[in-house]
Amino acid sequence: MGPGPFRPSDLAVHAARPLLARQQFEPPELDEVIVGCIMPGPEEANIARVVSLRLGCGDQVPAWTVQRNCASGMQAIDSAAGAIVSGRADLILAGGTESMSHAPVLFSRETTALLAQWAAARNLRQRLGVIASLRPMHLKPVIALLLGLTDPVVGLSMGQTAEVISRRYGIDRLAMDTYAVRSHHRLAEAQAAGRLDEIVPLIDTNGQVYDHDDGVRPDSSVQKLARLKPFFDREFGNVTAANSSQITDGAAWVLLASEQAVNDHKLPVLGKLVDTQWAGLDPAQMGFGPVHAATPLLKRRRLNFDMIDYWEINEAFAGQVLACIRAFDDVDYCRKELGLRNAMGRIDEGQLNVDGGAIALGHPVGSSGARIVLHLLKVLEQRQARRGVAAICIGGGQGGAMLVERT
Amino acid sequence: MNDTSKTPVALEDLHNWQLYRDADDILWLGLDCAGESTNTLSSLVLQELQVAIDAVVAERPRGLIVYSAKESGFAAGADVREFEQMLDVDDTVKRIDEVHSLFARIENLSFPSVARVHGFCLGGGLELALACKHIVADDGRATRLGFPEVLLGIHPGFGGTVRAVRYCGAPAALDLMLTGRLVDARRAEQCGLIDRAVPTRHLDAAALSFVHKRQQQRTPGVTKRLASHALARPIVARITRNEVAKKVLPQHYPAPYSLLDLWQRFAGNPTRMYPEEARSVARLLVSPASRNLVRLFKLQEGLKRAIESSAKQPTHVHVVGAGTMGGDIAAWCALRGMHVTLQDRAPQYIAPAMQRAAGLFDRRVKRRHERLMLGDRLVADFDGDGIVRADVIIEAIIEDVEAKRELFSALEARARPDAILATNTSSIPLTDIASSLNDPTRLVGIHFFNPVQQMQLVEIISSEQTDEAVVTRAAAFTTAIDRLPLRARSAPGFLINRVLSPYLQEAMLMLEQGLQATEIDAVAKSFGMPMGPLELADTVGLDICLHVGEILGAAFGGEVPQSLRGHVSAGRLGRKSNTGYHAYVNGKIARQRLPRSRSQSGAATADIRDRLLLPLLNEAVACLREGIVDNADLIDVALVFGAGFAPFRGGPIQYARDRGIGEILFRLQRFEDQFGSRFAADPGWHAL
Repeated sequence: MGPGPFRPSDLAVHAARPLLARQQFEPPELDEVIVGCIMPGPEEANIARVVSLRLGCGDQVPAWTVQRNCASGMQAIDSAAGAIVSGRADLILAGGTESMSHAPVLFSRETTALLAQWAAARNLRQRLGVIASLRPMHLKPVIALLLGLTDPVVGLSMGQTAEVISRRYGIDRLAMDTYAVRSHHRLAEAQAAGRLDEIVPLIDTNGQVYDHDDGVRPDSSVQKLARLKPFFDREFGNVTAANSSQITDGAAWVLLASEQAVNDHKLPVLGKLVDTQWAGLDPAQMGFGPVHAATPLLKRRRLNFDMIDYWEINEAFAGQVLACIRAFDDVDYCRKELGLRNAMGRIDEGQLNVDGGAIALGHPVGSSGARIVLHLLKVLEQRQARRGVAAICIGGGQGGAMLVERT
Repeated sequence: MNDTSKTPVALEDLHNWQLYRDADDILWLGLDCAGESTNTLSSLVLQELQVAIDAVVAERPRGLIVYSAKESGFAAGADVREFEQMLDVDDTVKRIDEVHSLFARIENLSFPSVARVHGFCLGGGLELALACKHIVADDGRATRLGFPEVLLGIHPGFGGTVRAVRYCGAPAALDLMLTGRLVDARRAEQCGLIDRAVPTRHLDAAALSFVHKRQQQRTPGVTKRLASHALARPIVARITRNEVAKKVLPQHYPAPYSLLDLWQRFAGNPTRMYPEEARSVARLLVSPASRNLVRLFKLQEGLKRAIESSAKQPTHVHVVGAGTMGGDIAAWCALRGMHVTLQDRAPQYIAPAMQRAAGLFDRRVKRRHERLMLGDRLVADFDGDGIVRADVIIEAIIEDVEAKRELFSALEARARPDAILATNTSSIPLTDIASSLNDPTRLVGIHFFNPVQQMQLVEIISSEQTDEAVVTRAAAFTTAIDRLPLRARSAPGFLINRVLSPYLQEAMLMLEQGLQATEIDAVAKSFGMPMGPLELADTVGLDICLHVGEILGAAFGGEVPQSLRGHVSAGRLGRKSNTGYHAYVNGKIARQRLPRSRSQSGAATADIRDRLLLPLLNEAVACLREGIVDNADLIDVALVFGAGFAPFRGGPIQYARDRGIGEILFRLQRFEDQFGSRFAADPGWHAL
C-alpha cells in the first residue's frame, strides 16, 4: 500500500472543518489549537500551526504540537484541559492526526554520508570516488514506520511487547483471534446502525469518497484468522497482523471549553472531562499501560468498576487488551505492580469497546487517543450513560487514562 | 518608494509624473496618473514624459529608475479612450512617430535606465519599460506582462515589435504579440523580456544594482537570433502564418497578419521598422475590426464599472447543487479568492465537482502553497453548515420549481438576513420561485454559462419584485469574481438563451431540409463565430436546448425542430454523449468520410448565413423592444461575451447597423415569403 491521498494536515483540516462550521463562534475566537502527531510530513513542522492557519483561525491563534507516542491525541486534550483549568484559556481545539501511510522511507546512515560526500565533492575525481564506493546495500531503504514501532531501549517491537504480556497470562491464539473477530463484528454493527456519526466523509482530488473506516471485515471469523502466520515472533508467537491494530490514516478532534465559553458561545456540551492520569512502566510490558493509568485515576476519584458505565481501551493488540483485563482482576499484579491490597476487579466485556476498536478501524497513532475519548462520549450519549474511562497503552512504557462524565 | 533619503525634484505643471533624487544621485521617475487607479499612457501622460525626461537629463544623474506609484501596477498601456479619435492614418502615424522619438531618447540616455515593474505592465506600458536598458519585475502573482494589443485588432505600436524581438528573439516575441497572452515575471525572465524577476522585498535593490553595476543588456541565444536572419524570416513567417490561420482569418482579424508582414519585411532594419510599425498600427486602428473590438472593450469596462455598491465585499459563497454548473461556479469562486462551501445531498454528488475543481486549480495555480490554500477555500459541505455564514448563496439544483421553492424557503430560514439569495435557473421565472420566500424581494438570478471558467458573461436577473439594492450587490459580487454582470429582466430565456434559440433552431431546420451539418457550421464559422450553431447546440447539450426551446415555444409560440426531439429521446445529447448533430471522438468532431460537399455558390452561402443570422438579429431586436436589457450596446456586449458572437463584427445590433437596417428588413421580408412567419420582422426594427 502506497501513501494515501491525505497528508496528516489534510486529515486534520478535513476533520476539524465541519466541527468548527457548526459552531456559532468564528475560528479566530479560539484561544489555541493543539494537535498530537508523531510523524508530521517533512513540510509540516509544528503541524498544529499549519492546521490552524489552514482552518482559517488566523495569524493570532497560537498552535502547538504534542507528542506522547500512541497517546499524542489524548495528550493534546490533556494539555488543553490544563490550560483551561489554569485560567489561561477558555476555548481550545484539540485533537490528533496521523497519516501512517505517509511515513517516510529513509536512507541508511551510510548512504546519507555518501550523499554528503557527493555534495562536498569539488571535482570529477572526487565525484568518481563517491560513485566508486556506492554499493547495493546503500540503496536499501529504511522504513521509518517500523523503526518507530520498535522500542530502542528494550529492543522489542510493539508486537513483541504484546507477546510478552499475553504470555504472562497464558492468553492463547484462539483468545486473541476471538477478540479480534468480535471487534470487527462490533464495528460493523455500529456502522450499520449509524452509531459512528462523529465520522466525517472525505473527498480526495480524484473525486474518491471516503465515508467510513474500510478496514472493517464483517465476514471475519476465527477460522479465517487462524490461517495467518504470527507477524512479530514468527515461529512461536501468537500476535498476527489480524489480531493487531491496523496501520491507517485518520484524525480526531474535540473542542474544550470553560464554563464561561460554553455560555458565551452557546456550545452544545457532549460531556465533561473530569480527570486524567499518566503512568510509566516497564517498556517491555507497555501494553499494561491502561491498568497503570486507570487505577490511580479511579482510586483518586474514589470510584470502583461498578461506577464506570463504559470503557474504551485502545486495541493496540487483542492480546494486550485481554492482558489488561486479566491484570485488573489479578490480586498478585495489583499488589506487586500497583501497590493495592486487592484486585481492581473484572471489566465486563459488554461495557468495553462496545463499537469495536483499533483492530477493526485502525490505529493512526497520533489520533487514537483523541478518537477513543470522543467515541466514549458518543457511547455515553447514545446509551444515556453517565461515566466512562478511556485508556491507552503507549509505546515506550506508559499509559494514559481519562475519566469523562455526562450530566 | 517612501524612503526619506530621497528628495523631490520639482517638475513644473506635471500632474502624472513625480521625480526624486536619492543620496547616490540616482533619479526615480514615478508614473502616477492623476485621478485614476490605474496608469495609462494617454497623450497627456506621454507629453508630460517629454518634459520629465528633459528634467532628468538636466539633472545629470548616475542612473534612472522608472517606477509606478500605483498599487495596481506599472501601466496598463495606451489610453483606449483615445483610439476612436484616431480617424486619420497620417495624423495617427505622426503621433506615434513622436512617441517613437521619445522612447528612442530614453533608450539612448547616457546613463543606465531601469524599469522597476510590479503588477500590470501591458502594451504601451511594457513598451515604455522596454525602452529602458533593463527591466526588473516583482515575481509575485499580481505581476502580468504582455502585449494584449492583438485583442483590440492592432499590434504593438510604441516600438514593441522591434524591441520585443531584440530582447526575446522572434519566436517568443511573436508568440506574445500574436496571442496577446500575459506572462508572469518568471516567465518573462525566462524568455528575455525582462532582466530579472525578484521578490518584492528585493525589487528596489535589484533595480539599483542594475544602475550601479552597469550590466550588459540581455540578448536572446544564437538560435533565437537566427530566426530573425534574412534567410530564415520568410520560412518562420510562413510557418507562423499557417498557425495563425488555424485560429483566425485575415479578412476577420488583419492585425496578426499585419504584424507578421511587418516583421518579415523590416526586421533586418530597425530604423525602417519603427516608422513602418507606426504606419501598420495606424492603418489597423481605423479598420472596422479594431473599431468594433475597441468599442466592445469599452462596453465591457463599462459593465464592470457601472456597479457602485457600498455593501461589504462578499467573501463567503455557498453553492447548493454540485452538478456541472454548481460545481464549476463553486470552483471558479474559490479560484477568485472566495471562501466557498459546496452543498449537495450526499458526498458522492459533490465528489466529481471536487475532482474537476482540483484539475482547474492544478492548471491555474502553479505555486504549491497557493494551491494548498486555494484547495482549502473550497469546502464540501454535507450538512449545509455554510448557509449561516454565507454572504452569497447560489442555488444550482435541478430545474424544478417545487424543488427550488422548497430549497429557498429552507435557505431563507437559516441564511443571514443580508445574504444574497440567488438562483442559477435558466428558465424558471423568478417570481415563481420567490413566492416561497417570506421576503420575495430578496431573490435575484445569477445566471452563469457553461463552461463557467470560459464564459465571461453572467446574467443578473431581476423581476419586478426584486429589490434594486440586491441586484446591485449581485452585480458587484459578479465583478468581484471577475465575471461580467449583465442586468436582464426576468422573462423566458432571459437574453442569451432567447436570442440564441432561433439561430440554433434555424440551423436544425436547414439540416432537416437537406443541408449537411458541417456545411451549416462552416458558414457560421466563416462569418466569424467560434463554432457553428449545431456544434454549439451539441456543446450546450441537446437536452438543455430542448428544454429552453420548449419554454420559449410556450411563451412566444413556435415549434421545436423534430430532429432535436429525436436526438434527445434517443439519448444523443451532444458532446456529453459523444453524439448529437455531430459525432465526437475524444471531444472533437469526428471526421466524416463523405463525398466532398457541393461547393456552394456565393449567393447560396449568403442565404445560409442570413437564414441563420436574421432570426438571431430579429430576436435581439425583440428583446431590446421588450426592455429585457436597457440598450443596444448591452445586447452587443452580451452576445459577444456570453455567446461568442463574432467579436470583430461588434455584436448583432452593430452588425445589423453596418449592413443597413433597410437591407436586413428586405431580407427578412424575402425569407418570410419563402419560409413563413418565423421570419416576420419584429416591430422594434423601426426604432433603430
